[in-house]
Amino acid sequence: MSVESDIAIDVRGLTKSFGAKKVVDNFTLQVARGNIQGFLGPNGSGKTTTIRMLCGLLTPDSGEGRCLGYDIRRQQEEIKRYVGYMTQGFSLYRDLTIRENLEFVARVYGLEAPEDAAQAALERLGLVARADQLAGELSGGWKQRLSLGACILPGPSLLLLDEPTAGVDPKARRDFWDEIHHLATQGLTVLVSTHYMDEAERCHQIAYIANGRLLASGTIPEIIADAHLSTWVVTGEGLDALSSELKHLPGVDIVARFGSTLHVGGRDEAAMERIARRYGAEGVHRWKRDEPTLEDVFIDLMTRAGPDQ
Amino acid sequence: MSAEQSPPNAVPRPARRGALAQSWQRVVAMFVKEFIQLRRDRPTFAMIIGIPLIQLLLFGFAINTDPKHLPTAVLTSDDSPIARAMIGALRATDYFNIKYVARGETDADKLLLSNKAQFIIQIPPDFSRQLVRGEKPGLLLIADASDPVATSGAIAAALGAADQALDRELIGPLASLKQNAPPFEIRIHRRYNPAGETRRNIVPGLIGTILTMTMLIYTALSVTREIERGTMEALLAMPVRPVEIMLGKIAPYVVVGAVQMSTILIVASLLFQVPVVGSLFTLTLLTLLFIVANLSVGYTFSTVAVNQLQAMQMTFFFFLPSMLLSGFLFPFYGMPTWAQYLGEIMPLTHYLRIVRSVTLKGSNFGDLAVDAGALAAFTLVAMSVAVMRFRQTLD
Repeated sequence: MSVESDIAIDVRGLTKSFGAKKVVDNFTLQVARGNIQGFLGPNGSGKTTTIRMLCGLLTPDSGEGRCLGYDIRRQQEEIKRYVGYMTQGFSLYRDLTIRENLEFVARVYGLEAPEDAAQAALERLGLVARADQLAGELSGGWKQRLSLGACILPGPSLLLLDEPTAGVDPKARRDFWDEIHHLATQGLTVLVSTHYMDEAERCHQIAYIANGRLLASGTIPEIIADAHLSTWVVTGEGLDALSSELKHLPGVDIVARFGSTLHVGGRDEAAMERIARRYGAEGVHRWKRDEPTLEDVFIDLMTRAGPDQ
Repeated sequence: MSAEQSPPNAVPRPARRGALAQSWQRVVAMFVKEFIQLRRDRPTFAMIIGIPLIQLLLFGFAINTDPKHLPTAVLTSDDSPIARAMIGALRATDYFNIKYVARGETDADKLLLSNKAQFIIQIPPDFSRQLVRGEKPGLLLIADASDPVATSGAIAAALGAADQALDRELIGPLASLKQNAPPFEIRIHRRYNPAGETRRNIVPGLIGTILTMTMLIYTALSVTREIERGTMEALLAMPVRPVEIMLGKIAPYVVVGAVQMSTILIVASLLFQVPVVGSLFTLTLLTLLFIVANLSVGYTFSTVAVNQLQAMQMTFFFFLPSMLLSGFLFPFYGMPTWAQYLGEIMPLTHYLRIVRSVTLKGSNFGDLAVDAGALAAFTLVAMSVAVMRFRQTLD
C-alpha cells in the first residue's frame, strides 16, 4: 500500500493560521518518489509551517493529505517513523558528543544495534576521528552534516530539510547537495527549502510560496515559461542610476543587479520592447534580449506578492 | 581635541553623551530592557504579586505553634461517671479531641503507629473504685512524643486540668477526697522520644524536605530546557511518545535520589544518632516512592511552564507550602482543618509521617499503608497530568 505508492507527498488545501494571521493558505503539492523538491519563498512566507504540517508537528486548520501514504492528520506516529526532519536551527544535543547524539537517535527509532548504526553513520559522515567531540563545538558546516547524518540514520523514506545550508560555506553546500542527489538516486524523496538559486537549480521540481500561498510550482523550465517574462540584460557604466530610473517605469516589473549586469524585465512584452529600444538607442548601455533566469522569475513573484502581511 | 579620538565617520554618526552619562545610560538601557522582558512574561508577572500574597495569607492563618484538638484515643473499660468526668475535663482543655475508643492495648498502639492518634488516655479498669477508696489511682497519658513541640502544650494542659477535673463529682461522702492534691495522679508516658529531643523529629523530617527540594528542581527544568535549547522540535519529530519521554527523563533521577537518600540516612544516623527503629527496607521502599512522587510533580511543572524561570517559580510555589503545611516545621494538627486538608495533598506530609514513624516508632508497612497509598495516588495523578499536558505538536 502506502510505501509502494509513487507519490511521496500528496497534500491538498493545507491551511494554518496563528491568531489572525494566515501563515499557510490553501497549499497543494504532489511530490513523486525519488524526487528532490525545492521549496522557495521569502522569509516568513510559511515554508517552515508547511514542513511542520507535513511531518505531523503542526495540525492543519483545514486541508488534508498524505505523506508516504500516511494521513498527516491521523497517522502522525507512522509518519514520524519514516520521515527524517532536519530543523532550521541545530537541534541535536550540544552537550552530547557526536557519537552519543547518533546513538540516541538510533535508540529512539528502535534500531536493533544502535551502537553499530551510529558507528556506520560516523564512517559515512567522515566523523570517526571527531566522534567523541561535543556536538556543540562543531563548526556550522559540520553541525549541518551531523544533522543530516542523524536524519538519515534511521533509514527514512522522505527527508524534509528546512534551510539546511543556511550559513554554510560554498564547498560544504556543494558536498551537501551531492549527498542529497546520491540519496535521491537510491529512491529517497527530499523536500528542501532554500534561499539559494544555485540550490534551486539542482532540484527536480520547485514550489514557490509567498505570504502562505503557492505562487508557482513545477520544473524550472515550466516555472520560467509560466512567468511570461521578457527580459533584457543591460551592461555598461552607471547601472545604479539607470536601475533607480527604470524601477518607476510602467511596464518594468523587475530590475535586478547581477554582478556587472542589470536584468530588466516585464510581463508586457511590447512595452518592454519599446523601453529597450528607447534606452538602447541612447547608446550609453548595451541592451541584449535574453531568456529570463529562475531568479528573475522569483523576484517578479516576490514583488507581485507584496510585502509580508 | 578630546582624549578619546573617534574613527572617521562612515555614515552620519548621531551625537553621543559624555563618558559618565554614557555609563549611566547603559545601566538605564539594561534596566528598561529587563523590565520590558519581565512584563512580557505574563505568568511570571502574575506570580510576582500572587505568590507573596497567597503565601502570606496561607501561612498567616494556618501556622500555629501551640496545637490544640489533637487526635486522642481513650482506652478504658471503666464506664463510671468519674471516668467520664476525667475524660470530659481533658476534652475541656481544648487540647484533646477524643476521636477513637481503643478496644485494647494493641489497638491503641496501632493508632499511634499509624499516626491516627497523638495521645492515648488509659484509665485502668478499677480507677473509680481505687479513687473512692483513696488509693490515688494512676491515669496514664501516653503521648506520641516523636514531635515534642506538638505534644508539650497538651501535656501541660492535662496536668493543669487534673486539679479541678473531679470537683463536681466528688461531692457528699467523697468530698473529703478533694482536700489535698488530686485524689489520683496523671502519669505521662512520652513514647518514641522519651527525652523530648526535637532533633530526633527534625532530622528525619529534613530527609523529606531535602529530597523534595532537590528532586523537584531536577525534573522541573527538564522539558523547558529542551524547548529553550531548541532540541524539542527535533525530539517531537521523532517517534517517541510523551510517556516514554517522561519515564526516560524521570528514571535517572530516581537513581540520584537513591544516592541522596542513602547519604542523608547514613549521616543522620552517624552524626545525629537518629535511630532507625523500624525496617530499613520499608523506609527505602517508601522513600523511593516519595522520590518518584516529587520527580513527577517537577516534571508536571516542566510541561506546564513555558520557560525555566516559570518552572522555578512553580517549584518554589510548591516547596514553601510543603515545608510549612506538612508538619515539618509546625505541628500538623495545630493547623485549622482547611489547612490540614491542604497539607494532605502534599507528598511531603505523607512522607514525614512515614519517615518519622519508621525511624522513631518502628511502624511497619501496614501502619503506613494509607500514606503510601496517598504517595502512589499522587504520583499517578501528577504523571497523568504531565502526559496530558505534554504538547506533542507545536500548535
